[in-house]
Amino acid sequence: MLILECPYCGVKAEETELAAGGEAHLKRFGPGSSDDEFHDYLFMRENPKGVHFERWRHANGCGKWFHAARCTTTLEVFGTYTAQTSVPTQEIIDKIAAKRPGWTWREFADEQK
Amino acid sequence: MSKAVSVLNGAQYTGIAKVEDAGLQGMITLRGDLDSKALKAAVKAATGAEVPAQRTISVAENGAAAWMSPDELLLLVPYEDAVAKTAELAEALAGEHALAVNVSDARGFFRLSGEGAREVLGKVSPVDFDGDAFTPGEFRRSRLAQVAGAFWMNEDGSFYIVCFRSVGEYVFKLLSAAAHPQSKVGVY
Repeated sequence: MLILECPYCGVKAEETELAAGGEAHLKRFGPGSSDDEFHDYLFMRENPKGVHFERWRHANGCGKWFHAARCTTTLEVFGTYTAQTSVPTQEIIDKIAAKRPGWTWREFADEQK
Repeated sequence: MSKAVSVLNGAQYTGIAKVEDAGLQGMITLRGDLDSKALKAAVKAATGAEVPAQRTISVAENGAAAWMSPDELLLLVPYEDAVAKTAELAEALAGEHALAVNVSDARGFFRLSGEGAREVLGKVSPVDFDGDAFTPGEFRRSRLAQVAGAFWMNEDGSFYIVCFRSVGEYVFKLLSAAAHPQSKVGVY
């Protein structure tokens, strides 16, 4: 059972209170982009074994969207953070680096590497 | 005007806890900046209660204000006053980025009391109802089995439960089944 703390209401919500929203930090390619960019934006998703960033919604609760960083192999949750950002917060990046030195995910990576 | 009736019109069930339709309750959804002075004053004027802290309900003599999300409150007022109070709120908040809507007739409202109340709610909701974890004055939006619901605890240990009116019958039957006289687990 996945337990995420909602950063907006502070509830330690378990999975059945939440709705999964897929991969986090997607950059939209819309009108004016090339076919390849649009294709990648629509279909290409990360499927990592390890560190992963996701969007979640506290659906049966305050109703707010937020971001979560977790490990797909151990289900360890590194932290949750605001939805009002297009990159992981420094605090989250540091927390992951402490536990998974050398991690990478899309264009983000352990800065110590 | 037609006669207003609450969702199950006063139905009751008694098992390890007592489940009852709590009757007509005026409810106003208010969205806006909860830190704004105008909003705080408007809430005080409408309910007599202060703007509540995160995940709590502040209760006054003739009304209450409950924390729904960082930008939303649920105001409880007498049913007869809901329309007028909604208009007053809208007027007081003119110019603010805020919205008040009377949702009294869109909600089901139940009271759950008795020794088994914590246990009954604990069976249908993924919330910790331990005496130390859930205390009077706390307000929680969560899940009642398959539907969304919100509840809070009164000083006497009873709960008030709010759900959408469309699922009112489901919630009543759900709580009644969870309160079956022979279903005591004895956790709380």
